[in-house]
Amino acid sequence: MNIIIIGNGITGITCARNIRKKNSDAKITVISEESEHFYSRTALMYIYMGHMKHENTKPYEDWFWKKNRINLVKASVKSLDPENKTIQLEDNSFLSYDKLILATGSIPNKFGWPGEDLKCVQGLYSIQDLEEMEKNTSNISSAVIVGGGLIGIEMAEMLHSRNISVTMLIRENAYWANVLPQEEAQLIGNHLHKHGIDLRFNTELKEIRSIDRLGVNSIITNTEEIINCQFVGITTGVKPNINFLKNSTLEIEKGILVNEFLETNIPDIFAAGDCAQFRFAKIGEAPIEQLWYTGKMQAETLANTICGHRTSYDRGIWFNSAKFFDIEYQTYGKVPPVITNEQESFYWEHENSKISFRANYNKSDRSILGFNFMGIRFRQVIAEQWIRDQKEIEYVIEHLNQGWFDPEFSKAHYKEIAKAFIDFNIDASFSK
Amino acid sequence: MQDNSLSIAKPSESLLSQKIGATLIAAAILCSIIASSGQGETQPELFFWLIISLVFSGGIIFSIPYYKAIPGIKNNGIMQSPATNRGAIAWGIAILMTGFYIILYWFPYYLDGLIRIMDPISMILRNKVSDQWFLYGTFYTLAVLIMGIRFIGKYRHSRYQILRTFSVMFFQLGFAFLIPAFLLKLNQPEFYFSYFWPLKYSYLFPNDIDYLIKSGNIGVFMVFWGLVMTFIATPILTYNYGKRWYCSWICGCGALAETLGDPYRQNSDKSLKAWKVERWMVHSVLVFVTLTTALLWLNSWKSGTILGDASGLFSQWYGFMIGSVFSGVIGTGFYPIMGSRVWCRFGCPMAAILGLFQRFKSKFRITTNGGQCISCGNCSTYCEMGIDVRAYAQKGENIIRASCVGCGICSAVCPRGVLKLENMEEEGRFEPYNRHEI
Ligand SMILES: Cc1cc2nc3c(=O)[nH]c(=O)nc-3n(C[C@H](O)[C@H](O)[C@H](O)COP(=O)(O)OP(=O)(O)OC[C@H]3O[C@@H](n4cnc5c(N)ncnc54)[C@H](O)[C@@H]3O)c2cc1C
Ligand code: SF4
Ligand code: SF4
Repeated sequence: MNIIIIGNGITGITCARNIRKKNSDAKITVISEESEHFYSRTALMYIYMGHMKHENTKPYEDWFWKKNRINLVKASVKSLDPENKTIQLEDNSFLSYDKLILATGSIPNKFGWPGEDLKCVQGLYSIQDLEEMEKNTSNISSAVIVGGGLIGIEMAEMLHSRNISVTMLIRENAYWANVLPQEEAQLIGNHLHKHGIDLRFNTELKEIRSIDRLGVNSIITNTEEIINCQFVGITTGVKPNINFLKNSTLEIEKGILVNEFLETNIPDIFAAGDCAQFRFAKIGEAPIEQLWYTGKMQAETLANTICGHRTSYDRGIWFNSAKFFDIEYQTYGKVPPVITNEQESFYWEHENSKISFRANYNKSDRSILGFNFMGIRFRQVIAEQWIRDQKEIEYVIEHLNQGWFDPEFSKAHYKEIAKAFIDFNIDASFSK
Repeated sequence: MQDNSLSIAKPSESLLSQKIGATLIAAAILCSIIASSGQGETQPELFFWLIISLVFSGGIIFSIPYYKAIPGIKNNGIMQSPATNRGAIAWGIAILMTGFYIILYWFPYYLDGLIRIMDPISMILRNKVSDQWFLYGTFYTLAVLIMGIRFIGKYRHSRYQILRTFSVMFFQLGFAFLIPAFLLKLNQPEFYFSYFWPLKYSYLFPNDIDYLIKSGNIGVFMVFWGLVMTFIATPILTYNYGKRWYCSWICGCGALAETLGDPYRQNSDKSLKAWKVERWMVHSVLVFVTLTTALLWLNSWKSGTILGDASGLFSQWYGFMIGSVFSGVIGTGFYPIMGSRVWCRFGCPMAAILGLFQRFKSKFRITTNGGQCISCGNCSTYCEMGIDVRAYAQKGENIIRASCVGCGICSAVCPRGVLKLENMEEEGRFEPYNRHEI
């Protein structure tokens, strides 16, 4: 079996490794244009900040690929020809495959703002973006970041580490308010404020201005405010990287359309990770998953299918994590920004305003639905098990210590949380 | 590029304290040179207080920015600064420290002026004039205390780190500096209660034991203490808490590595090759010291008929190769180039024994939190023992490695809260703590 994988990100590489584990004969080729070896995209910020070098972000040593007979090609794929089962590289050479896996990831979104193609205006996705950012931000004093999501805050922390003052334009009325409930959004907002980040809520970008077109001088917001800056970071999300497939017979919408087996409309072509879009997403689940974890899980599933065990993708109980400057965030299950009438939400916040806990549950049977932890580490297996077993909120609160994952000698906040929950229940029964 | 080598969020702020701190420490070094040249002998008190106060105030001013910053991991600039990234400054410091060790071990007479300034304090503490080892012990303890203050500032968001650092500072100052000095003052053998065989190999050599027993009741207690620590306490404590109870909470070598060596922890080699070399080397040293000890006992039992004069030579040779060259010159002098735990990793026989216990019979492990790892590499980068922590974490496997000293830094730097150092039931300690299979 001759397998070609396009993209050496977490998705492509996880596929390659898992196929090799299950099948020692397959010929596996991974083609990618960004970097010679697999590296961790999630660590880009740490390279800029000087916590790590590029080589530290490579999860496998360079000899690993040869030893596992995973053939790496650094090239850009120009087009594919499903009829003849070949792909064409930039140098016009052809490679043929028996099975083709598309794991081409994302590119930053842009929305056609005036000035968005100026020098010193950029997103952050690839190594090349990082190199550009290094050049664009040397010797500058202030920057504007458009978009208040995860990459935006990482960019803010990066710039802040070089003593560049940062203004963030955020469309919503609080940080990441389309994902976080108000309290958490505010908690993070306050923390950013303490670090000196200037947050502009309910504000959008209108135009980027340059006097000499050699760089940026200022931006104008939708409220007609002018903010001077020498760098503009565009972090308004990412979209599937599929331009080179536009003229093929592959069915494409926003991403490459796949079924639950990650199969495209063309036999023997598969897609997974950031670039794939599920035709029929389950209710409450996103059709395109742009996460490290989901890329990895999709790839594990796909490797099964490729090796003859057709497996449908099931992301399991939702989880995610992030870090907002000094505050770590972990979430398990479903915690939407606004809950429905059938649900109830218990929120506790430490007096230092850096630590918080939230549990959502069903009003009727009091079964747990999900958790948000800020500044608290919590065991994934325990949270998942409780959610799967629909444990009652009372049980959960009482047993929080079982899942506590903070380092030894840390304060046992679960005791305080349990106390707060009793008060919360008393209040709730009074208001009834 | 601007200078953000102090690894603090606000470089401009830190720069001033960094400059003042460095100036004061440089002044202390200058004073030491002047003192060595002979001036120290004429005015010991003046030079002693001058140097001590310069070093202390310099170190503390240098640490201020860590306490000013909002608590949290700030490793900014570490891989860009020539001081911490094996750059020119790092090489300079390495040569300086290595040179100091060489002079200290083999040409102490060059330090005579400096040694003399320690006389007043040595008289007070030990009732005895100073020698090069007292000078060294004082510098060593100072380094642990000052860099310990810096360390606590840097990692003060973690109580594990704060407590652990207080512990190493306490044991260095009390058990490895003051108590041995007082013992001398009381005409007792100079004994370090925080070092045991095989790290302090001579504590189980026949000559030392003989000498201790003859010196009186306290000496007998010391022999007893050494035996209990080596053969009873070590296995029990390591079973319950892992190697860390000693390596990163008590040991003096560990104390220096964790404090003075902290800026260099990222320079340890993480490759598989380095791991192989490590296993061969550290276990060879263990075999060597065990054989040496056994031979010496055999020899003494046969009243010197086996080795004759060679027995002294043999232990001297071990002392030179392992005790001086490895643990001192290479182990500390090379901090800036090879990372802070070169000795602990490649040379320490105590670490080898503790490691064997930890690997095969212990409740200690580092658990990983399901699928939360993003393979970023912070943990591996900042593991001073060169363990590729990420290799385990990204598979959701527990980390059970002989060399892990339980410093907890991998857990501290992880941006996704994936790692936890734990003592749990021994059974099932390898079992991956993973998310449910699909
Ligand atoms: C700064 C940053 C921080 C992030 N942090 C997190 C986080 O904390 N947690 C989280 O869950 N997710 C995070 N993400 C998202 C996560 O990194 C992505 O979801 C994940 O990397 C996607 O993996 P992938 O393998 O699908 O695609 P990618 O990693 O994008 O890999 C695709 C590769 O294919 C190559 N390629 C594309 N087209 C071609 C072609 N035609 N020819 C040759 N090669 C091609 C690309 O150059 C790229 O190298 C972050 C993303 C960024 C940018
Ligand atoms: S694995 Fe973690 S705790 Fe162990 S030595 Fe390395 S950094 Fe320290
Ligand atoms: S630091 Fe944490 S997230 Fe990063 S590789 Fe290590 S365990 Fe994974």
